[in-house]
Amino acid sequence: MAIYLTLENGMVFEGKSFGAAHDTMGEIVFTTGMTGYLETLTDPSYFGQIVLQTFPLIGNYGVIPSDFESSKSHIKAYIVKEWCQYPSNFRSEGDIDTFLKNQGIVGIYDIDTRLITKIIRENGVMNGIISTKKPDEDIINSLKEYTIKDAVKNVTLNKTEDYGDGKYNVVLMDFGYKKNILRELVKYGCTVHVVPAFTSAEEIMAMKPDGIMLSNGPGDPAENTLIVEQLKKLIGYNIPTFGICLGHQLLALANGAVTKKLKYGHRGGNQPVKDILKDRVYITSQNHGYAVVGDSLPGDVGIVSHINVNDNTCEGIKYKNIPAFSVQFHPEASAGPLDTEYLFEEFINLIEGGAHKCH
Amino acid sequence: MPLRSDIKKVMVIGSGPIVIGQAAEFDYAGTQACRALKEEGLEVVLVNSNPATIMTDSAMADKIYIEPLTIDVLKKIIIKEKPDSVLSTLGGQTGLTLSMQLYKDGFLDEQNVNLLGANCETIDKAEDRQMFKDTMEKIGEPVIPSKVVTDLQSALDFAEIIGYPVIVRPAFTLGGSGGGIAYDVEQLKVICEGGLRLSPITQVLIEKCISGWKEIEFEVMRDKKGNVITVCSMENFDPVGVHTGDSIVIAPCVTLSDKEYQMLRTAALNIISELKVEGGCNCQFALHPTSFEYAVIEVNPRVSRSSALASKATGYPIAKVASKIAIGYTLDEIKNAVTGNTYACFEPALDYVVVKFPKWPFDKFVYAKKTLGTQMKATGEVMAIGVNFESAMMKAVRGIELGFDTLNMEKLKSKSAQEIEELLYNCDNERSFVVFEAIKRGISYDKIYEITKIDKWFLAKLKNLADMEEKLKMSELGDTVYLEAKKLGFMDKTIEEISGQKIKNKRYASFKMVDTCAAEFPASTPYFYSTFDEDNEALPFIKEDKKRVLVFGSGPIRIGQGIEFDYSAVHCVWALKNAGYEAVIINNNPETVSTDFDTGDRLYFDPLTKEDVMSVIQTEKPYGVVVAFGGQTAIKLTEFLDKNGVKILGTSAKSIDEAEDREKFDELLEKCQIKRPVGSTVFTTDEALLVAHRIEYPVLLRPSYVLGGHNMIIAHSDEDIMQYMEIILQTKNDNPILIDKYLMGMEVEVDAICDGEDILIPGIMEHIERAGVHSGDSISVYPPQHIKQEIIDKITDYTYRLSKELKVCGLVNIQYVIYQNEVYVIEVNPRSSRTVPYISKVTGIPIVDLALRCSIGEKLKDMGYGAGLYKKSDYIAVKVPVFSFEKLHDADIHLGPEMKSTGEVLGIAKTFDEAILKGLIAAGYTMKKQGGVFISVRDSDKAECLEIARKFDKLGFEIYATIKTAMYLSKTIKNIKTIPKISEAKYNPITLIESGKVDYVISTSKKGRLPARDSVKIRRKAVEHGIPCLTSIDTANALADCLGKTTEIKNVYDINEIF
Repeated sequence: MAIYLTLENGMVFEGKSFGAAHDTMGEIVFTTGMTGYLETLTDPSYFGQIVLQTFPLIGNYGVIPSDFESSKSHIKAYIVKEWCQYPSNFRSEGDIDTFLKNQGIVGIYDIDTRLITKIIRENGVMNGIISTKKPDEDIINSLKEYTIKDAVKNVTLNKTEDYGDGKYNVVLMDFGYKKNILRELVKYGCTVHVVPAFTSAEEIMAMKPDGIMLSNGPGDPAENTLIVEQLKKLIGYNIPTFGICLGHQLLALANGAVTKKLKYGHRGGNQPVKDILKDRVYITSQNHGYAVVGDSLPGDVGIVSHINVNDNTCEGIKYKNIPAFSVQFHPEASAGPLDTEYLFEEFINLIEGGAHKCH
Repeated sequence: MPLRSDIKKVMVIGSGPIVIGQAAEFDYAGTQACRALKEEGLEVVLVNSNPATIMTDSAMADKIYIEPLTIDVLKKIIIKEKPDSVLSTLGGQTGLTLSMQLYKDGFLDEQNVNLLGANCETIDKAEDRQMFKDTMEKIGEPVIPSKVVTDLQSALDFAEIIGYPVIVRPAFTLGGSGGGIAYDVEQLKVICEGGLRLSPITQVLIEKCISGWKEIEFEVMRDKKGNVITVCSMENFDPVGVHTGDSIVIAPCVTLSDKEYQMLRTAALNIISELKVEGGCNCQFALHPTSFEYAVIEVNPRVSRSSALASKATGYPIAKVASKIAIGYTLDEIKNAVTGNTYACFEPALDYVVVKFPKWPFDKFVYAKKTLGTQMKATGEVMAIGVNFESAMMKAVRGIELGFDTLNMEKLKSKSAQEIEELLYNCDNERSFVVFEAIKRGISYDKIYEITKIDKWFLAKLKNLADMEEKLKMSELGDTVYLEAKKLGFMDKTIEEISGQKIKNKRYASFKMVDTCAAEFPASTPYFYSTFDEDNEALPFIKEDKKRVLVFGSGPIRIGQGIEFDYSAVHCVWALKNAGYEAVIINNNPETVSTDFDTGDRLYFDPLTKEDVMSVIQTEKPYGVVVAFGGQTAIKLTEFLDKNGVKILGTSAKSIDEAEDREKFDELLEKCQIKRPVGSTVFTTDEALLVAHRIEYPVLLRPSYVLGGHNMIIAHSDEDIMQYMEIILQTKNDNPILIDKYLMGMEVEVDAICDGEDILIPGIMEHIERAGVHSGDSISVYPPQHIKQEIIDKITDYTYRLSKELKVCGLVNIQYVIYQNEVYVIEVNPRSSRTVPYISKVTGIPIVDLALRCSIGEKLKDMGYGAGLYKKSDYIAVKVPVFSFEKLHDADIHLGPEMKSTGEVLGIAKTFDEAILKGLIAAGYTMKKQGGVFISVRDSDKAECLEIARKFDKLGFEIYATIKTAMYLSKTIKNIKTIPKISEAKYNPITLIESGKVDYVISTSKKGRLPARDSVKIRRKAVEHGIPCLTSIDTANALADCLGKTTEIKNVYDINEIF
């Protein structure tokens, strides 16, 4: 069935429908990952967005629930060149068309994904609507109004969940966390309390954490003023802290830095990041549309420890005032390279160091 | 850190002649390396014995030595040139092995030469089987149960423990030479003995056979800081068991989930980190199809065929980056040349898929075993890019030049489903076509998978193609169905054939860009592939300020059409650029320099079929096209393009036809008053016999319109003709058969440049072997040593008359035979030839450049090289062919009118003796002063062979001969040792060769080809034992003469200084 993708700038593309079929609006972003579509589909950071895959063959290895990064898909719609009707993998339990139908997510395929990618690259991220009929002018105008609101609120847990039985007591603040962050912490010997994003500093401290993990998540970081307030309080407790993606941005905001929206963000598994202190470049997995403005971080608070090799944006901060560090990319990978997994080890070392101080 | 300050002058070692397993990819890598080094202001000294390469061009390096790649020669060059460094990792296995030997000898240290690109420990850890295993175990990377052995008994013992089947992998051999899968004790004995013999260190690995697992490759890079990246992942269509060089390969991997992908990617990075490779590295893995179990198969710490493919598949220039790393740069300091504003330290993202399809030489060797295994057999490959697998596969199949437009193989149509199912068990060059037929017959995916272990993902994609064929047959050919078929890669011609309907609104392809980053960043290097999406990304690059010219490449490397044509195509591009044109390339060979992203002004990576080419022409709207430099692949397009109103630059389509059409050619010769061997064109066996009787045996038979002497024979009897005609008439062929009197004289070859008025002959070449041996397989000598001046004058005059009459505008290659003091023309080809690079290099005349300028209207008299026959060089250059017979089981090595060599080397010296010595040594002949020679020749050769036997006898060689030959030789020579026939005694030619007493074999026979014949068995045995086997009396004579003189190379020459 023919359906249409209309961009905020008025351009209309005709494609074919798969997955669920209803009209839907969202912010279009592209990811360049060649594997990992399941992790992408279930990554809460994509909340409110229409995700376009630049790799043309999607769904090759079917649907593998154990690879999901959260219990459901948070995306608004999915744009692919071609979806695989006959997936092949020993763990596959179905095809992505069925998956999207079950999740109620709209899909569009047989569309020039590269052309749309170039348009976003040149014009910056844009809103779009996928509809069964070509949209009228009113709808195109309303497209411009669309913004992702209350993103974290929509994806965070309602109540605390506990995992693992390890040596270190870690609180994972859920701004829309990817399950692999949790898996990594458990793997490194942590007992993990995953707490809702709006948990207060006091409540967190009542859990007597050895370390605090600030998760990834969707939306504009600056929108989360309440959370930032709590983080400011938490800073005072001097608990070893590790921030990833949105967690990295929120910690920076709490420390006086500002964030900005990138033209079209970094999404994919091939982003080179330089660890300035180590003088090494790592290939990282990324998914973000905003970044911390490196220069805005007060000099006495911390230093920019990582930068993106392609565009020099801030990819990591090492704090001076507190035992904390954070990165913009995803050391937990899933999808993407495992090259920076060592950061979890560094977090544990930081906790170990902190523990020494306490005793 | 930038460039190391201690590096000023670098020696680059090339990979030598093209052989199976080591082909044009190393010219591509070496050329990139030379350019990368020169870019840094370094002085480059290049050594390569292969004259057909671009890397040995004066523009590529400061000093160029076309010399044998032996330790002694390299040492001489190092002493003469005093480089401060040697780059070891860009010249394939050959370059690497030589560099290691120089290092291990202590010679490099002695001369204060740095070893760049790889250190000795890295190489040993990757290549020595035991050290590799230990290293992998140390870092917890699983390997296949295996054991290194140096004798047969240990191999048999170990195989008992791990169980059959087992794989035999000889250490330090090219393309897995001498390896194979043994299913039982007897097979293991045969394969293992062969492997031990071929391994220079008499070592093989016996390994548990894991055929059927998925075969996955990663191309990874590392710099001295320890930064690591993966450039590309590749998945083999054919699972483990088929050499990756013989596999259909798709990039990136398609059936791996992110978890499996990252697991193997991490393993590859762990390996390269542990090996401390500085540069590029290829890691091959076997992945269990239904678990996370995997094993490391092989690691190559250098650029390779796979890295060339990965470079072309992603746009990432691995060889260039590896060279920069070798001289001190780190990945984060090197710019990504494709985007121009990001860095080499990233991983390419693809938004298309790539299919590589091998090109096998089985059309040349009809009796060779076509089974695919661990021994690579392909001579070349094509790559195809598509937005889906189906279209990439379709492009690959039509690009491989088998005459296929789809995966349908005609001869399978008549087979029953049962027969098709049985054929699935044959793992050979036709398997993908059998699989397609099996799918069409409704044989289940489960069944096909069970037999072939080809992943069902691929089977389902092939089914889409089969379904589309059905749809075309069943439905009305409207725009929607048409577009669907186009998107799956069907050609217009095929669509009309299958549907039986005319296309209403034909569409041309549009083009998408290969940019390394899936459009995330703007890219400045225009490298395109065709699609049927609306957006045409090539258009914005086409500016009207310059005239655009399209240059056709020559497609996959095959016997008869090799790297020489890429040399010409690339030079044509450079010449066009110099002349102020925009040069645009179309080619589909990933191994070549022509498809490097910055060779042409724009590159279209697409097949060279009429339809694909027309799409490019529609987009480019060029001023003209050049067909003369892309071999027969490009020439075949001429008539079609001409009819479609495309301007052919240079010699016209009409002239090309005149040279190829027998009748028109005869008229032409008559006009020029030049003789050719009498002959005629025939269509039937009766006609052929009639002609043969009229002109008398021996006669030469061949189909018209061929290159490389395909299907050409010399017939001595009616029986020969009947046999030949039966075979040739089986194949659907509308072209007539040419039948000519065979004149056994000296063959002479001329390349000439003509501007329509004047001609320039850079040089004349004489062949050591008489006519009858294909010119590509002959030893060729420049300038001629045995031709009288009057004959030379006659040849010059004939060449002038022919060129003029044919209205050649550009290059022409003419072959003559001198028979009883008379000059006859055998062939005229108004295009570039195999000898162009070699003659360009030894005469110093930029042949392609001059020829191209002629074809765009310039005149020879303005070019500064004069006209007529160019002055003779003071140096003698001898081209010696190189064969890959050890890779092709059961192929008869007897030379004849059909070309069999895969590559060539050149010997250059001030004397003929030293030049031929160099040529022979470079071609791999061992020069022995004493030992044994075994002779078994046909009756017609016996008299001449006596002379040769005498020469060997005089040198003190022991002479062995078969009964009839021995009887003849014994009349004059004492002490001939008579050897009985194979079937007659235990001590026979085979056991004699095995005994190691024989250093040379001279074997000729009236008939050959059939593997069961004694003569073929003897020759195969010699090949398997690496013993030079001479099948032409003339070659044998030249060798005997050479052995009688000095066998030491005394002088080495920089070819930039010889003019």
